[in-house]
Amino acid sequence: MLDTPQQVNRLAVRDALGFPALMLLASMTGFGSLARESGLPLGVALASTAGIWGLPGQVAMAELYAAGTPVMFVILAVSLANARFMPMAVSFIPLMRHHVRSYGWMFLLVQFMSINSWAAGLRRFDEINPGLRQRYYIVFALICMSSGLAGTFLGFVGVTAMPRPVALGLIFLNPLFFAVLLAGSRTRIAALALAIGAPLGPVFHLVSPDWGLLATGVVGGSAAFLINRTMESKTAHD
Amino acid sequence: MTDPGNLQTWPLLLGAVGATYLWRGLGVVFASRIDPDGPAFQWITCVSYAMLSGLIARMVFLPEGPLTEAPLSYRVAGIITGLAVFFILRRQVLAGVAAGLAMFIGLIYLV
Repeated sequence: MLDTPQQVNRLAVRDALGFPALMLLASMTGFGSLARESGLPLGVALASTAGIWGLPGQVAMAELYAAGTPVMFVILAVSLANARFMPMAVSFIPLMRHHVRSYGWMFLLVQFMSINSWAAGLRRFDEINPGLRQRYYIVFALICMSSGLAGTFLGFVGVTAMPRPVALGLIFLNPLFFAVLLAGSRTRIAALALAIGAPLGPVFHLVSPDWGLLATGVVGGSAAFLINRTMESKTAHD
Repeated sequence: MTDPGNLQTWPLLLGAVGATYLWRGLGVVFASRIDPDGPAFQWITCVSYAMLSGLIARMVFLPEGPLTEAPLSYRVAGIITGLAVFFILRRQVLAGVAAGLAMFIGLIYLV
């Protein structure tokens, strides 16, 4: 059990300055380049990294904005793409709530939650004195956000400074990162949602560029959910 | 510095930030009071995954912006290479991404 602030700081820095920082730097470089090519100003690109802080929603925003989708549909799509933050916060926040300064403080802390800090917290909190868990989370999450912001900036500037093939590569990072990350999903329900969503995306986009992405999520996600339930009840009966 | 035509992107951003924060804030409100593995959350996760998967497929097969400058075969080759290396190297995300990226850029340069 780690009991001193110094130990906890060191652990958080060591955990963050490896795969999480590198991965955020690289994936947000992709986003920065996409934002530039989509016509978003640098300030908006950086503010969306800090403010949305969820790559799926950020990429959806840049792509739909570039396609001229009406603002309401863009906002709805961004929101749904990042809806997983709610169950993540529900499971994560209670682990940090010991010795809270105030309940309101949690509403600030939750802004810095990403899949990286969430996973790191769930993995490490057992080893950390409950009073120091917030410290671990804050140090870890601030390192992640700094590298995300640095990546956004590098991508935004780099996409016009690099030779065109490399610049296209930076933009290609967006679908590539998601494809690899999602391929790592191990649950049946995730696999179903991914397999059903993939063909629906292009098809619904052809039907309506405005509604396409939202319909993909709602129709594909609901289908995956129902198929998974049916399979669950079948195994229960066997 | 900012192009006046881009000023409209700030309200869009604020809306997007607020709509994302809504989920985070609700998560704090409901923390430990509802089961994060319950059916409603399962459905939300499904919707997010299906959207993301649809968005990737759309960007690869029907890109609209700069990715149209590279042929479909290069985009598909990049994704397949990334996935193959990811699985061969036992789920190394960064290695998979680097390999897919190298394949994509290499094809543009060499072919």
